[in-house]
Amino acid sequence: MKLEMRGLTRRFGSFTANDHIDLTIEPGEIHCLLGENGAGKSTLMNMLYGLLEPTEGEILVDGEPADFDTPGDAIAAGIGMVHQHFMLVPVFTVAENVMLGREQTRGLGILDRGKAAELVRELSTRYKLAVDPTALVENLPVGVQQRVEIIKALANEAKVLILDEPTAVLTPQEIDELMDIMRALKKQGTSIVFITHKLREVKAVGDKITVIRRGKVVGTASPDAPEAELAEMMVGRAVNLTVGKEPPKVGKPVLEVNGVTVVDDRGTTVVRDVSFDARGGEVLGIAGVQGNGQTELIKSLLGIIRPDAGKVLLEGQDISRHGPKDSLEAGIGYIPEDRAHDGYVSSFSVRENLVLDLYRRNDFSRGAALKLDAIEKNAKARIEEFDIRTENMNSSLASLSGGNQQKVVVAREFSRPLKVLIASQPTRGVDVGSIEFIHKRIIEERDRGTAVIIVSTELDEIYALSDRIAVMYDGRIVGTVTPDIPREQIGLLMAGAHDGHETQAHETQGGAA
Amino acid sequence: MSTTATATAAPETQPTRIRERSDVHRQIRLVVTFAIATALCIFFALAVDDPNVRYILGERVTKEFQPKDLNGSWVAWLAVAVSAVALVLAAVNRFPRGAAGVVLGVLVGLMFYLGFLMWVYADQGEGFTAAITNPIPGTIRIATPLVLGALAGVLCERAGVINIAIEGQFLAGAFFAAIAASLAFQPYTGLLGGILAGVGIAALLGVFALRYQVNQVVLGVVLVALASGLTSFLLGQIPGDPDVKQYFNEPPTLPQLRIPGLADIPVVGAALFDQTVLVYLMYLSVALVTFLLYQTRWGLRVRSVGEHPKAADTVGIKVNRTRWQAVLLGGVFAGLGGAYYTVGSTGAFDRDVSAGTGFIALAAVIMGRWHPLGATAAAVFFGFMLNLQTQISFVDKLPSELLGAVPYLATIIAVAGFVGRVRPPAADGEPYVKS
Repeated sequence: MKLEMRGLTRRFGSFTANDHIDLTIEPGEIHCLLGENGAGKSTLMNMLYGLLEPTEGEILVDGEPADFDTPGDAIAAGIGMVHQHFMLVPVFTVAENVMLGREQTRGLGILDRGKAAELVRELSTRYKLAVDPTALVENLPVGVQQRVEIIKALANEAKVLILDEPTAVLTPQEIDELMDIMRALKKQGTSIVFITHKLREVKAVGDKITVIRRGKVVGTASPDAPEAELAEMMVGRAVNLTVGKEPPKVGKPVLEVNGVTVVDDRGTTVVRDVSFDARGGEVLGIAGVQGNGQTELIKSLLGIIRPDAGKVLLEGQDISRHGPKDSLEAGIGYIPEDRAHDGYVSSFSVRENLVLDLYRRNDFSRGAALKLDAIEKNAKARIEEFDIRTENMNSSLASLSGGNQQKVVVAREFSRPLKVLIASQPTRGVDVGSIEFIHKRIIEERDRGTAVIIVSTELDEIYALSDRIAVMYDGRIVGTVTPDIPREQIGLLMAGAHDGHETQAHETQGGAA
Repeated sequence: MSTTATATAAPETQPTRIRERSDVHRQIRLVVTFAIATALCIFFALAVDDPNVRYILGERVTKEFQPKDLNGSWVAWLAVAVSAVALVLAAVNRFPRGAAGVVLGVLVGLMFYLGFLMWVYADQGEGFTAAITNPIPGTIRIATPLVLGALAGVLCERAGVINIAIEGQFLAGAFFAAIAASLAFQPYTGLLGGILAGVGIAALLGVFALRYQVNQVVLGVVLVALASGLTSFLLGQIPGDPDVKQYFNEPPTLPQLRIPGLADIPVVGAALFDQTVLVYLMYLSVALVTFLLYQTRWGLRVRSVGEHPKAADTVGIKVNRTRWQAVLLGGVFAGLGGAYYTVGSTGAFDRDVSAGTGFIALAAVIMGRWHPLGATAAAVFFGFMLNLQTQISFVDKLPSELLGAVPYLATIIAVAGFVGRVRPPAADGEPYVKS
């Protein structure tokens, strides 16, 4: 099936999200749509999927004009979409999610779950998408949930599959698996529209690349174009892809973590007896596949969850019984992994978010009253210093792009003297331009003598920033290495292939319990 | 041997074994609950002086059911024993999980109930002594509207619409059931009148909640006030002249239909199967709603729009249309529940005849975890407690003001002790607006 968009335009009030976009998807190709966050890629795809009505322009399927009023129309025409935020009902099983909207029945509207499960099994063997049809979606890891989304689209006999930022939520291994799946689908004749802002991925699977910037197509490229060239097309200026940094001047240990263990609400031990030091003037990277205890470890360092065993010492003082307020005031800076949840209040203005953990200080309040002038002055200075792109300081955070939201969080955390900076996934969902900026600021903070801890599932980021790398697997630190070791070796550690002694200890412990 | 083992093991970094937090919470909850139960049971047993208690297997004294004597002290001490066993099991964290745990929990509850009854009915002194009667018939009667109302709530909330207006649906259903039955001199048309009124209030809920996206909690409260005011007003418009009044508010009530065979089962038979058609409709409704929600295409779609409307939209399901259907179908059940208060029981409509039971039905929805069977069980529990309150009001053991609080107190204990945290449908009360 050949899909064409001609002069597709969408305006929201005075803002033009898509401006006369022309795009042709040939049958059986992987067409990459490259662009920064907020460039208008998702708007374009939502129009293609019947979720948004175009202001102007037309869509043609095999040369015939098509009118997609609802997603139902798009599905009927053979378009399938895997949304960035999954459209799965968490409390339903895989089979129920796949059948929803086109249910298999025994007549009279009675569900035939057996038949639905069979279809899922058949699709999962045909396209090598391993998934259990009877599992509840909420219990599945994100990578598997994405497979369910793909199966859902395939069950509707999609000929064009739109993948909207599919790798944003995936671990390196899962990304590799997804690439294999994409190649297999292509081989079976499905065309794929692959929306992303990650250059490495585009180069790995793309057949054709269209770059979008500020709602316009700025050009096409072939996958063997150099990364720097693609980045420049996407951002509109030359981008420095490596972080320039001096060798570290390592100081004394600032944060000492001794035998921290965390048991979650379900009773699983998610952090097992973790010990490490973070030293001043050094970046410690914590690498690992998502869900191996990094989130809980960081939260326990900060006092958001209380460790069930072990001690956290900040300059020799035990802070493991502190709450987040005490930890922040003791000099820990925190960039949370889920910024929308822990990092800012989306309905508050930029000005307010910039003092979210500072307003208690004498600089910004006197007794119960806020010093509004000081807060405004602070906002002006931070917006300038961190190049936060916002209409004005009173715009709500919800109206900012992901990268600028993250800059607000970073700006706030950097605006008080820090002893330790903990940054979890500091550049997740952030555009190339902002990544460059945030990385630079983190290194600057290091050079000021702060102990920096970076948690990231992206190896690129770990390599770019770290002076020392600790790898987490199954709740434990399975190895601490220097960034000059090859990627494969870290990959092995991340996958749990570490020295036998620790594995054995772990097993005996499991047996005793 | 053992000393060497510990000596070598000590320097190893043996991570301390840590108990699951949820397990600790469960243990604390169970120990506290059973400790209170045991303490109260001991009090009941010790407070009985004259252990002679009389009971009847039927609802009242008839030729078939004669009062029999029972040693109350003995029963009360048995209750102490059972709750103490449960307490010990909980204390050493050996209280069974799963079905066995439920059975044991229910058993403790039952024994607590019996111990309590012994205390209440013992020591009544000389003269007339009230006897313990079979609680099942009364429970079923009181639970019938509660179950129907709770089913309405489950349907609405599963589709993502909060329905606080069950009480309003009850009132409208009760009133129009009385009118319809009076006009036709026929109790069964009353059911139809009730259904139409219930659907009417549901339609108002739908218009404002789905079309105009009014805050659903505020809307529900307003609809209850509207139904209460409107039915009171209309009641006032009915002339007092008996010749005219009989055409409006003197409905015939539903006859009892005895199901042969089933009704002859001892103790429970007559209670369950010698009832009005409304009670049988209630049984059917529970099965129907459960089947619809979990076994049909429509039910899958209803639940999907209540959990993740956008996901439903992206596969071509009309979110608001599905919600409308669920809300209106809910109106059918709530209206039937309302009809109970007139044609199903006393006959004539009176101001606020449902007396807040719509809110109890709402509580049953939540306590039943938004599942039709759970909500039914909760509604039956509430019916049981309300019935108990009426029964023991004949004995002067507890002040009647305090007695009024017993059902609600029991609810709080039951929810805190056994139900724990519940999770509503994810999109409950959130209007769906296309971006």
